[in-house]
Amino acid sequence: MTTTPGGRRRRNPSGARTGPPRWWTLLGGDRVAVCAAVVLTLVLLTALLGPLLIGDRAIRQDLDASLRPPSLDHGFFGLLGTDVLGRSVLARLIEAAGTTLSVAVPAVLCSLVVGSAVGMWAGYHGGRRESVAMRVADVILSFPSLLLAVVVLYVFEPSVANLVLILAIARVPIYLRTARAESAEIRSRLFVDAARTFGTRSGATIVRHILPIVLPTLLTVATLDFCFVMLTESSLSFLGIGIQPPEVSWGLMVAQGRQYLQTAWWIAVLPGVAIVMTTVSATILAAWARLATDPAQRWRLTLPRGRRRRPATTGEGTP
Amino acid sequence: MLTFLRRRVVSSAIPLVFVVLGVFCLARLTGNPVNLYLPLSATPEQRAEFAAAHGFDQPIVTQLADYLTSLLVLDFGESLRTGQPAAEMVLAAFPATLQLAGVTMLIAIAGAVLLGCAAAYRPNSLADRVASILSMTAASIPDFWFAIMGVLVFGVTLEWLPTSGVSGGPEVWILPIATLLIRPFGVLVQVVRGAMVTALAAPYTKVARSKGASEKRVVFGHALRNAAMPALTVAGDLTIGLVNGAVVVETIFGWPGIGKLMIDSILQRDFAVLQAAVLITALTIFALNILIDVCYALLDSRVRQTVPA
Repeated sequence: MTTTPGGRRRRNPSGARTGPPRWWTLLGGDRVAVCAAVVLTLVLLTALLGPLLIGDRAIRQDLDASLRPPSLDHGFFGLLGTDVLGRSVLARLIEAAGTTLSVAVPAVLCSLVVGSAVGMWAGYHGGRRESVAMRVADVILSFPSLLLAVVVLYVFEPSVANLVLILAIARVPIYLRTARAESAEIRSRLFVDAARTFGTRSGATIVRHILPIVLPTLLTVATLDFCFVMLTESSLSFLGIGIQPPEVSWGLMVAQGRQYLQTAWWIAVLPGVAIVMTTVSATILAAWARLATDPAQRWRLTLPRGRRRRPATTGEGTP
Repeated sequence: MLTFLRRRVVSSAIPLVFVVLGVFCLARLTGNPVNLYLPLSATPEQRAEFAAAHGFDQPIVTQLADYLTSLLVLDFGESLRTGQPAAEMVLAAFPATLQLAGVTMLIAIAGAVLLGCAAAYRPNSLADRVASILSMTAASIPDFWFAIMGVLVFGVTLEWLPTSGVSGGPEVWILPIATLLIRPFGVLVQVVRGAMVTALAAPYTKVARSKGASEKRVVFGHALRNAAMPALTVAGDLTIGLVNGAVVVETIFGWPGIGKLMIDSILQRDFAVLQAAVLITALTIFALNILIDVCYALLDSRVRQTVPA
């Protein structure tokens, strides 16, 4: 890729006015990342459309079909077997995908927005505002998040909204620290000084000049954090204080299948496989995003395959 | 060094105070223990008497003041459930968790350093790819599911390992430690690898090589020492996160540790035990943070000169 659609030649990665390679070009350079993106897209589509298509099959009981193992003989919804009440495990997995993501996605978005805003504000202004924000982050981080969730969810009802709230609060410090560290460094750059000299208000400076630079890093952190939030939600549901029946989430399904472990392994095993597939995909995509958003590392993804192996001693970051 | 330590202790103590206050207030919000401990048929007089005996009839500020003054003389109150002193119950459960967490972190750090160095030594080699796949999967597996899979395979099917409990030989340790291990191990391998790739490409590594240092000395003496800083930070955070894992592991395997004690005391509104358990956890985390800072200062002389933000 030597020219961008605008027709400008891409001379070097640090040239600010030449466009970076398009993200799909970079994604195409990494086959594993493509697989991860496909899996995540499938999970998202399932979560969005699946519950509309399966009707009431996730809760329809059929005691004659109780604890049926996975087989091809009972149609599409019998593919992954049934649980003790004869409910289709596949239909419940699809239904649970919706619930799980309806907790994880809002929680990640909330903590991303709040954490980044406060972090950039603290990093830009520095001084007392910075140290207060960092102390608050320390307090939240020094307390085990699962325990905080247990206490809070026990006080208030364990509903989806409370779950989102508590997961978001527990993860705010991660974005706060990242955003603060980056914006504290950008604060002293020339273009920020210039903006300040021309009388730009601090809020506008942060949004116009600092946010675009910090955003790729924050989005990478968010992708990785998505795993963490999903795992915490399923742990809480597993412990019985997350999603409550008759609603269903992957963690809750593992908990419900636990007592039938010896007779019907598929009830507990399959939801776990779903969790692992989703979180591994998000982790791989985050690793790719970290490479793709780093101007010093991006060249690795634009090389043809087979040429990427280099001894560590040749110096990273210089193509 | 002493000034450095003193400043760190003071700045780390502030979060500690907030945690203790926060837990006190949150625990009081979890509902009135009077209704839980007395039968439904109890008369209002009995209820009032029970509340007065345990101080629940006082305003919350008075309760807090009482709690703090008794803390000063190391009195943590008594358990509502058993009548035992709370401190005794917590101290009895603490070693079980500490042993579990300690062994886990030692294995995680040793394994992650070896695998991370091997992966970083030749980026994109076979060892690197194996390490990436292994660590990403390990960091993404839900611990409760991993534990159940372990029970299913090694406990139920193969019958090699006990499914729960602490009585018996060293084999009771295997599944709980393996469950606790996967996440910190996976995350640490990634961190060590990343830091080592950077360190091995740095100019000082070239200098070390060109002056004729052995490869072993270049990797473990020069590069690892510089790569240890980010790994140390993450290891500290992971150790705090280990409390999360301990709650799950201790619940599944019936391990009589502090995680199980905390869950039980929340569910039964046993405030005194909960507060004592959280306080000792917070103190341990506080001590751990100080220890990590000391390690920083030992590793990097620049840290000793300045006060961390």
